[in-house]
Amino acid sequence: MAEANLATTPLFGWHQAHGARFAEFAGYSMPIQYSTIVAEHEATRNNAAVFDISHMGRFRLEGPQAEALLDHTLTRRVAGMELGQIRYSLICNEDGNILDDVLLYSLETPSSHPYFLLVVNAGNRSKIWNWLERQLSEFPQVQMTDTTEQTAMIAVQGPQAMSVCKPLFPEHVQNLGYYRGRVTEQMHKPCIVSRTGYTGEDGLELIIRKEDAERVWENLMLSGRKVGIMPAGLGARDTLRLEAAMPLYGHEIDENTNPMQAGLSFAVQFKDRDFIGKAALLRAKDDSQAPVRVGLMLDGKRAARQEARIFDMDSRCVGVVTSGSFSPTLQQPIAMAYIAPNLNTPGTVVDVDIRGSRTSGRVVPLPFYSRPTSSPA
Amino acid sequence: MTIQPSELRYCPTHEWAHAIQDGGKNIAVIGISAFAVEQLTDLVFMALPKVGSSVQAGQEFGEVESVKAVSPLYSPVSGQVVAVNESLPNQLEILSRDPYNEGWMIQVEMSDLSELDGLLTFESYSKQCAESH
Repeated sequence: MAEANLATTPLFGWHQAHGARFAEFAGYSMPIQYSTIVAEHEATRNNAAVFDISHMGRFRLEGPQAEALLDHTLTRRVAGMELGQIRYSLICNEDGNILDDVLLYSLETPSSHPYFLLVVNAGNRSKIWNWLERQLSEFPQVQMTDTTEQTAMIAVQGPQAMSVCKPLFPEHVQNLGYYRGRVTEQMHKPCIVSRTGYTGEDGLELIIRKEDAERVWENLMLSGRKVGIMPAGLGARDTLRLEAAMPLYGHEIDENTNPMQAGLSFAVQFKDRDFIGKAALLRAKDDSQAPVRVGLMLDGKRAARQEARIFDMDSRCVGVVTSGSFSPTLQQPIAMAYIAPNLNTPGTVVDVDIRGSRTSGRVVPLPFYSRPTSSPA
Repeated sequence: MTIQPSELRYCPTHEWAHAIQDGGKNIAVIGISAFAVEQLTDLVFMALPKVGSSVQAGQEFGEVESVKAVSPLYSPVSGQVVAVNESLPNQLEILSRDPYNEGWMIQVEMSDLSELDGLLTFESYSKQCAESH
């Protein structure tokens, strides 16, 4: 049941009719699982699954200064992005700490009008909107539109995802490169399609009008029937992204963390540009004291959850867990954590306090899982 | 003899108790309901107390962990643990198959029989489950 004060996505009715269990996430009543988290996780790793990610915030930015505003706001270079290119980036404050992680799409409408699409975390939607608005005083020639509530967003992920999607599009979506996107049509209705995802598998993410959402979802289920496609909830999305070592805002990254210690320095570009947080991030780059993000594998079956403390062999507290779960793929408990930088070497043995009892584990390289071979593009 | 869910008393937190007489002792066999197992899904770990330890009504006697979360197990009655289903933590799939018989967790020698009267009947427990759906 939807709580009265929670938002719902355009697919809420479908989820409800198909036995989903709901939980609050960022003010939305979202499906956590339809069957079991493990079954949905395995469907994504082995076949294909569809995820309703309509809660993600979607902002359209256009106008003569849109590129300049974004280049000033994002840690990654925006100037010179090609049409159809998508970049993962961070938005930092002046202290170099992370306000959000985002995907920026450089797109053009069918009538060749260029624009940017910024996909932000649901929980940060109003914060980032306000942050962008503050930049308008310096870059006034930008129009911003929050399209979140007029649209829906669906992820199709898994080794069979491309073959599931192929019949639904008039063009060859399988030719779309990784981190590429375009404005196209799905059954004669407008659709933004991108080769992106948050599971560690190949696949697409689709942005469609909200009134088309249920039909697109049903078409995907139908097209995927022969490969055993399953609807998957936020539960499996979390275990999948954790195995793939993708950060989650509020866990691995937040306003107390900078991209360097989070292992996301690839998303910070300093050369020949200025952006919010640059000076602080140049300092953070040379900081050898800050705790760093690592992977842990634990003995036994119990998972260390967020905030579990980590101890070295002398029983000194040396870190804290940010996400943890039993890994369905590895059949072992895994966690991401921040740890003192001198202990980040793979193989380092640590103890983790799991609800009062010490469990031994070791630092391992990230990601925990990467797909065997990339599917032919 | 197969235990039927209708013969049991329940905690609002989904544990069941089955009162039996064993050699003159008042024993409560304790487990969790099929509804709870269905709600938990993806079980990976279970911790149960040792024989000889004491449990208190309404207090934790163990925990069950799924991929997503950890859930405490609350004892319906007070007393001393006289038996533990040692094979259950290694075969958690038993709970999905038979939560009321093969899936029993602990047996407690009750110190206060009146605690049973405070537990939910099958009818009121079923009503609670239907309302939470």
